[in-house]
Amino acid sequence: MKLRNLALAAALVTVGASSLVTGSAFAQAKEQYFPVLSYRTGPYAPNGVPWANGYVDYLKLVNARGGINGVKILFEECETGYDTARSVECYERLKGKHGGASLIQPLSTGATFAITEKAPTDKVPVVTVGYGRSESADGSIFKWNFPLAGTYWVASDAILQAIATKEGGLDKLKGKKIALVYHDSPFGKEPIALLQERSKMHGFELQLLPVAAPGVEQKATWLQIRQSRPDYTLLWGWGVMNSTAIKEAQATGYPREKMYGVWWAGAEPDVKDVAEGAKGYNAVTMQHGAEPQSKLVKDVMTMVHDKGQGTGPKEEVGQVLYMRGAMSAMLAVEGVRAAQERFGKGKVMTGEQVRWGLENLNLTQAKLDALGFAGVMRPISTSCVDHMGAAWARIHTWDGKAWKFTSDWLQADEQIIKPLVKSTAAKYAAEKKLTARTPADCQS
Amino acid sequence: MLYRENGQFKTSYRADQQIFPISQDRLAILLILACAFIVVPGLASDYLFRAILIPFLIMSLAALGVNILVGYCGQISLGSGAFMAVGAYGAYNFFVRLPGLPLIPALILGGLCATFFGILFGLPSLRVKGLYLAVTTLAAQFFSDWMFLRIKWFTLDTPSGSVSVSGLQVFGLPIESALSKYLFCLSVLVLMALLAKNLVRGAIGREWMAIRDMDVAAAVIGIRPMYAKLSAFAVSSFIIGVAGALWAFVYLGAWEPAAFSVDQSFRLLFMVIIGGMGSIMGSFFGAAFIVVLPIALNLFLPVLLGLFGISISTAGISHAELMIFGGLIVWFLIVEPHGLAKLWSIGKQKLRLWPFPH
Amino acid sequence: MGPFLETLIGGLMSGMLYSLVALGFVLIFKASGVFNFAQGAMVLFAALAMARFAEWIPQWTGLEGKFLPNLLAFVGALAVMVVVAWLIEKLVLGRLVNQEAVTLLMATLGVSYFLDGFGQTIFGSSIYKIDVGMPKDPMFLLESTFQGGLLVNQEDLVAALIATALVIALAAFFQYTGTGRALRAVADDHQAAQSIGIPLNRIWVIVWSVAGFVALVAGIIWGSKLGVQFSLSVLALKALPLVILGGLTSVPGAIVGGLILGVGEKLAEVFLGPMLGGGIEIWFAYVLALGFLLVRPQGLFGEKIIDRV
Repeated sequence: MKLRNLALAAALVTVGASSLVTGSAFAQAKEQYFPVLSYRTGPYAPNGVPWANGYVDYLKLVNARGGINGVKILFEECETGYDTARSVECYERLKGKHGGASLIQPLSTGATFAITEKAPTDKVPVVTVGYGRSESADGSIFKWNFPLAGTYWVASDAILQAIATKEGGLDKLKGKKIALVYHDSPFGKEPIALLQERSKMHGFELQLLPVAAPGVEQKATWLQIRQSRPDYTLLWGWGVMNSTAIKEAQATGYPREKMYGVWWAGAEPDVKDVAEGAKGYNAVTMQHGAEPQSKLVKDVMTMVHDKGQGTGPKEEVGQVLYMRGAMSAMLAVEGVRAAQERFGKGKVMTGEQVRWGLENLNLTQAKLDALGFAGVMRPISTSCVDHMGAAWARIHTWDGKAWKFTSDWLQADEQIIKPLVKSTAAKYAAEKKLTARTPADCQS
Repeated sequence: MLYRENGQFKTSYRADQQIFPISQDRLAILLILACAFIVVPGLASDYLFRAILIPFLIMSLAALGVNILVGYCGQISLGSGAFMAVGAYGAYNFFVRLPGLPLIPALILGGLCATFFGILFGLPSLRVKGLYLAVTTLAAQFFSDWMFLRIKWFTLDTPSGSVSVSGLQVFGLPIESALSKYLFCLSVLVLMALLAKNLVRGAIGREWMAIRDMDVAAAVIGIRPMYAKLSAFAVSSFIIGVAGALWAFVYLGAWEPAAFSVDQSFRLLFMVIIGGMGSIMGSFFGAAFIVVLPIALNLFLPVLLGLFGISISTAGISHAELMIFGGLIVWFLIVEPHGLAKLWSIGKQKLRLWPFPH
Repeated sequence: MGPFLETLIGGLMSGMLYSLVALGFVLIFKASGVFNFAQGAMVLFAALAMARFAEWIPQWTGLEGKFLPNLLAFVGALAVMVVVAWLIEKLVLGRLVNQEAVTLLMATLGVSYFLDGFGQTIFGSSIYKIDVGMPKDPMFLLESTFQGGLLVNQEDLVAALIATALVIALAAFFQYTGTGRALRAVADDHQAAQSIGIPLNRIWVIVWSVAGFVALVAGIIWGSKLGVQFSLSVLALKALPLVILGGLTSVPGAIVGGLILGVGEKLAEVFLGPMLGGGIEIWFAYVLALGFLLVRPQGLFGEKIIDRV
């Protein structure tokens, strides 16, 4: 018994002491530090894993190509489990290491809200490619947020345009019923503002159906859909909520052709299980879809996977979420590269300098093609007031075996989105007592 | 030899009834407080404050509240996360809707909101007992989850449901830096711990313990079960509510309802069980264990496995954390079901005899 | 009328599905007085074992088709659950004899965390498929009477039938076999059972194995419905109100509780939900159970709690 107590005490002391041993920040950084907040466990892991693999593989590719003008990238993953508190803890732990984080990509709208409050003090840009706060596209208020390539308002706008095309025009939407099945969290609630705006403009009825996280319980939701028979159903889910929704749609006989998912609800893990049952299900894409034929995939295979450096399985390379992770990494790296153009090529960039770089991104089609994104992405260029840079989208449909594009390039209607962004951002500024940035500040 | 009460005679009832009758205890507590207020701020790094000390302080406060309900009054409650949420959102609403309101009244008002909520969802305890009560308190948990997601008024009609606070200050001193947050939480904790300790030493505490041990017998000798149980719920929810408000305001800064999910309730219950039920000291031990363990595992495991040449992914570390966490809980309960506080008191007993064996 | 009946039928069947998970709780509590919070993790673990074995067995043995690999996978998963049961009894329960209810509860919670991590380490953490040939398309009844017919989910119907069969088998087991009688004796009074020679430890292993079997069946059914992934362990939280509504010690109570709560929560969500903004299912089930408990504090079919002073 005495030995047992001694062992107990010893174990406790070790645990306590090891917690005090924390990584110390190096005084001088020789590599660009990219902390990677990812989730490989929990109910959202099936979707988080391909994204993380794509992100990390792209960083490895950049290193294999010689780094950013010679500066290699040092990355470190931290498991968040899609939990906001854990994401914040990861952020706090990693932000100061190795000379300071270049930027942070939380991959969770909830965590984005939390980190947005801390980023300006810590001087770490928050890059949220295709998620986060839709109003953070207004760079004059949100100096440190970058929802590059698309926000949820862009997504919902694109879906509505696609539906309108099917119906024969936006005026034909009058009197129709559109249901929104959404994840009951900040992520799921994002599109509601725009959809309500549009529903007033065009006269369609919007039915809101929240699904409690993590989204496995949807029987009642789909019974309600069966009873109200909406003309179209939008799916705003993440993780297992998506496949559950499609399965329930099949079980209640709701035609999958009438379902449109957001770009986080339109990937292989969501439909692979259901296979034929998901045939006809549509989703909006943030420019890219599944791109197994792209040059980027070929480069990753030759320079990363064939050398045994691949992060995930080879079959995953080129899938929808993998491409999104790679695209997010690419935008981050290009931001650093743009910063180097001004602050010194071949030098390690600080968070503030990276922020400038992200604000002055100018990726022409030629540059994108050279990076391997020909046919995958369209040009994106940011500015002081526009931190989004591009508002392109396409629709792709699952044909039972693969995702195929079924629409032309759609562009979100800036006439509607811009005023909404401005007014919501102004509300945020009033609440936080911030003032819009001056033109002089934009040059810094 | 060192820890003896020889020669310490009390000449008044007041002296006999003080919290720390043994002068060595008083000295030790003063040293600990001095260390906490003066030495630690001088030595600790920013990361240590933000990631370990501040969560530890706030979680100990919450564990204190849970211990009063579960450990002292014997009402198993799985709804502590809900009380934290009500405290947090209550304090938030008062803080933001009444522009001039200082921070401390906002926290107290948040605590009072949690008290009302706690009494409401504590009413079933008058009829339902034991494990049945534990499951019914989950009703509070899930209801509060839903309430803060759905009723927009609580989150000031923000479209996303995510809220944040900034610009905290107490008597003109800003609470922005990690050090100021630490000192603020420490002060609140010391105050509340003193309050809790005095409550459990008093008549009400004895009533709670009587209800815990044998509630029928307690009723027979004249203790009103309704008063005792509901007061336990009230005091406990107040403390947990204040802890929740601190967690949201000071630690998170910006939060959504998912921050106070059922996992938080289980965490708090773990802290109480591992720390020791029915012991104020135990709440601190339990909170320290549960707060430090995941971080320690995260830092320690890769190093340990690296020694054996095994590299492990973040997912693997996460799974290993779960396994070790679960395994440690089971091991602890087998080895010392009364928790760390019992080990502490055994230690003190040995110290009384030292250097003699018996 | 049509929507109401549809929701009613859907609720009844969904209730049966939750009863499957709740059965495990009741079995273990009945025999050993332990509230097994690890039931959800056991369902997940069993489902993972089944899914992965069904995937690996064709690779190991080269068998084709669906029936034989699934059968072998079932047997394999059952063996795994029996081993898990034995280990839990030996390492956890055997050492915590006579502890308080809360301690045992927390110990099972620790076991659930361990199983979660262990299962994902061995079997992986993606979504896995269980394909036992459950029908996926809906069935429409009485299309002449109601417009569009009454929707009946075929998969849920099959699952409900399996659940009923399982309950009948368990009831027969408890009533008519020697082991079943021994289990009932242990549930009644541990010490008396020991004094007449019933080996307590072996009985506990048997009980946990049976609970493991029930968890496996529940895991297969739910896994077939939702895909095998982490959230299956969250199902236990939805099964808890059933257990306390029916009474912790009653198998028919779990079924009746399931039916009542299934109907209650689906009707509430579909008809009451839109007024309150939706998403009320989970807490409604708990509040409904709470309401019943206020009238009968030991659950509908539970044993009356007798306190001796």
